[in-house]
Amino acid sequence: MQEALFWIVSFIAIACALGVVLSRNPVHSVLFLILTFFAISGHYILMNAQFLAIVNIIVYAGAIMVLFLFVIMLMNLNADAEPQKSRLVQFAGALSGGALFLVLLAAMRTAALSPLEKTTNDIGLVANLGKVLFTDYVLPFEISSVLFLSAMIGAIIIGKKGDAPNREVASGEQLDGMDNLVNTEQLSTGANANLPNAFTEADELEAIS
Amino acid sequence: MPTQYYLFLSLALFCIGIMGTLMRRNAIIIFMCIELMLNSVNLLLVAFSKMYGHADAQLFVFFIMVVAAAEVSVGLAVIVLMYRKVHSVDVNILNRLKH
Repeated sequence: MQEALFWIVSFIAIACALGVVLSRNPVHSVLFLILTFFAISGHYILMNAQFLAIVNIIVYAGAIMVLFLFVIMLMNLNADAEPQKSRLVQFAGALSGGALFLVLLAAMRTAALSPLEKTTNDIGLVANLGKVLFTDYVLPFEISSVLFLSAMIGAIIIGKKGDAPNREVASGEQLDGMDNLVNTEQLSTGANANLPNAFTEADELEAIS
Repeated sequence: MPTQYYLFLSLALFCIGIMGTLMRRNAIIIFMCIELMLNSVNLLLVAFSKMYGHADAQLFVFFIMVVAAAEVSVGLAVIVLMYRKVHSVDVNILNRLKH
């Protein structure tokens, strides 16, 4: 039973991973990757690591992939605009990846590994993992909170850098008069007519005036 | 269930991720392939944790997920910034970084 489930879930994982690489539409790639993460969560459940299975679904499939999906929708990417490498480079990439797979397989084929234990079944449960996390791994846990804080600040600063000139224009407008506002509004919509945010900027200026 | 099966499965997933990184030009897809490689390593760590009967490897997986979440937020911010500057997510456009 367990072996049959292993083969089914492994097949789903590898097929969806190949779908991530081979599909031309980026949205399809994201959806295939979500399916791959669900298959990997299935493997975690098969190995009785329920906590990691749930965290994998919540963090990866729930948060990270939705972020990817939002970014792809924000950029309006589709299969037509997808840049493609030349056939030769694609073939070389596939060949080198396959060669690496064969080399690693040949190296690890004879590794002396004992089969998966069946006796200790409760190591992957929340109670046990929480006990270990808050006794042996308290310091890394606290440091990871600092890491999250710095990542959050970094993401906000990097994200703000792009639209800083717009903000300067908007704040400069507030100081100047109404007549100036109309001029710069026309200028800004004319200058960035191809930008998608030109319209929002104009709306913003109207709202200010 | 032999541990070798999980070893080979995560090797296959890791090599598919490497292939995707080498074959694609879209920065977001390359990023997703890196996530795939991280997940294959997580799978192998959980299998080894099961094999040895220790919980430490599962906590390493937990910390890898924490770091991956932070990495994705910063990396996607960089990709969005790049899209705003050059209106593309093609990594070949960024080759002027080498000059």
